[in-house]
Amino acid sequence: MKKDINALPKKNPLSLQLDLSQFEKATDDEKFMQQRMRPSTTFFKDGMRRLAKNKIAMICLFVLIAIVLIVAFVPMFYPYDYSSQLGNIKGQIPDGSFKNLKPFEYSTTELKRIEAGEKIFPHIFGTDALGRDYAIRVIYGTRISLIVGLFASIIVLIIGVIYGSIAGYYGGKVDLVMMRLVDIIYSLPDLLMIILFSVVLKQTLNLEGTVFEKLGVGMISIFIVFALLYWVSMARLIRGQILTIKQQDYVLAARSIGAKGGHIIRRHMLPNCISVIIISTALQIPSAIFTESFLSFMGLGVSMPMPSLGSLASDALGGIYTYPHRLVIPAITICLIVLSLNLLGDGLRDAFDPKLKK
Amino acid sequence: MSDKKLLEVKHLKQYFDIPNGLRTLKLKAVDDVTFDIHEGETLGLVGESGCGKTTVGRTILQLYKPTAGEVIFDGQLIKGSKTIREFRKKAQMVFQDPYSSLDPRMTVSDIIGEPLDVHKLYSNKAERQEKIKYLMDLVGLSSEHASRYAHEFSGGQRQRIGIARALAVDPKFIICDEPVSALDVSIQAQVVNMFEDLQAKLGLTYLFIAHDLLVVKHISTRIAVMYLGKLIEIGPANEVYHEPIHPYTTSLLSAVPVPDPNIARANQRIHLEGDVPSPLHMPSGCPFRTRCPKACDACAESMPELREIRPGHFVACHLI
Repeated sequence: MKKDINALPKKNPLSLQLDLSQFEKATDDEKFMQQRMRPSTTFFKDGMRRLAKNKIAMICLFVLIAIVLIVAFVPMFYPYDYSSQLGNIKGQIPDGSFKNLKPFEYSTTELKRIEAGEKIFPHIFGTDALGRDYAIRVIYGTRISLIVGLFASIIVLIIGVIYGSIAGYYGGKVDLVMMRLVDIIYSLPDLLMIILFSVVLKQTLNLEGTVFEKLGVGMISIFIVFALLYWVSMARLIRGQILTIKQQDYVLAARSIGAKGGHIIRRHMLPNCISVIIISTALQIPSAIFTESFLSFMGLGVSMPMPSLGSLASDALGGIYTYPHRLVIPAITICLIVLSLNLLGDGLRDAFDPKLKK
Repeated sequence: MSDKKLLEVKHLKQYFDIPNGLRTLKLKAVDDVTFDIHEGETLGLVGESGCGKTTVGRTILQLYKPTAGEVIFDGQLIKGSKTIREFRKKAQMVFQDPYSSLDPRMTVSDIIGEPLDVHKLYSNKAERQEKIKYLMDLVGLSSEHASRYAHEFSGGQRQRIGIARALAVDPKFIICDEPVSALDVSIQAQVVNMFEDLQAKLGLTYLFIAHDLLVVKHISTRIAVMYLGKLIEIGPANEVYHEPIHPYTTSLLSAVPVPDPNIARANQRIHLEGDVPSPLHMPSGCPFRTRCPKACDACAESMPELREIRPGHFVACHLI
């Protein structure tokens, strides 16, 4: 006799077993749903889920997003400009009352206009010694610092990844020569190089009429120096990663398929060290911002009247006793950016580097 | 199985340079190995760990540049990047470790589709999908799993993915580098049977590298035995397994466990003295003489040539 596999087993009247007849059989549709329910998690999704659990990193991410949004959109509708001196209007007698205002203070002319019933946007952080609105200058300075940090890191990333992966993949003599070059560059004192570059480039670079004119020679020389000097540590890191990945069987498998070097680096090696790349880029940005601030503080960074956080801090030194807020504000901004990026970088490392997982 | 030689390996040598202080030592991983593989057969290659089995396989596929010797595939000498590229469309490899031989960042369809991408074996996306689906069916994987990652599969399934990848270019010859030794015994049988089915279906030729003698005997038409980089015995599978000639093969086979206690008790296990010599300091003459119970003076002087003792059964030993 053939047994009906769909029939329910008989319940023993004495058993405490649940009454199976109360259960309903799953339909084929439901079974299919169950099968499809579990989506396959990608490496990226997995990492993001782990990052979302890290509270500190998420707070830092929100702080950074807030800063980026302010820096990107506030200048569009802000009534003041970073370079215009408020007291100096063409064809009028210079008005000294705009200079050195305290936060939320109005100049005498503005007070008169307010009395006359006009609405005037307050100077949130006051004005500087030349009568320029300080809040917008800080916003522009942050914008410059972030741009420098981002672009310098991208330059470092591109050069470092290409150089490191070629040296690591081809190995042997190629690696030897390429890495000795890295050692030489590593041993150069970077500050001296930056100073020399900005002096030389100021003489030789002709930026007039190009898109770079607004940025100034100092900024361009920072980019060039980053491109020339700072990629070495990234290149070393990537080379080390590639050397480990090269030993893996799947790289050998790719070679046995007949894949060429470029294909293997792009399809197998870089995706497998992407976590290291993300993390070290995230940690590279604050160091670039720091270097830029430091150079601007020394007077080598962006050129006037363009502000950067470093040059704002340096300018504020003159009036440190009377107007301490002018130093404190850019300093806090630098701290906030650098701290958030560092903590976010740490969070990314914990989330994306499974080897460091506890 | 035909008499046509598909692969000829002639005097293949693979030496690795090992830096040792100021000097560089030569590690003779494969030393003067010569054999043929006929179309449609399975040659089992056995030997203990570190004897150069894997290196032979990889050197044949030109994953390591051979120090000396020739590899002739289908009448064509494999030399230079152009012939190597063509060769890789016809000869493929299945790796030992199904965990490390699949890229953890790629989906199954990307892993299986990679050979198709590299050799541009499709004209459009749909054709690529079609081929991947066909390959997954061929090795017994559900094509619904194409978008999953390798780490979501079990060892046996991963090895099937590796086999599907090797089959993607429609090869004639596959080198199986210990494909079942990382698997569970129950899974081993499945995978070995699948290898046989695929051979019957697609007319494949295998070089089956393993250290499990029972598996090798089951799947092979002929068996070759290696010791310290040298080929010491090669012949029809049944003959080598039941009537081994070389003293090393004899002792190797006496170590095979027999699943019958009565027979096992009656069997005399031949214990070898000493350890395997370091391949960096090879003994003169025959590499096995330091452990061979029958070694004589002639063994220390020269390496014996492979001689045909019975039809198709070659042995390298002075004493036979």
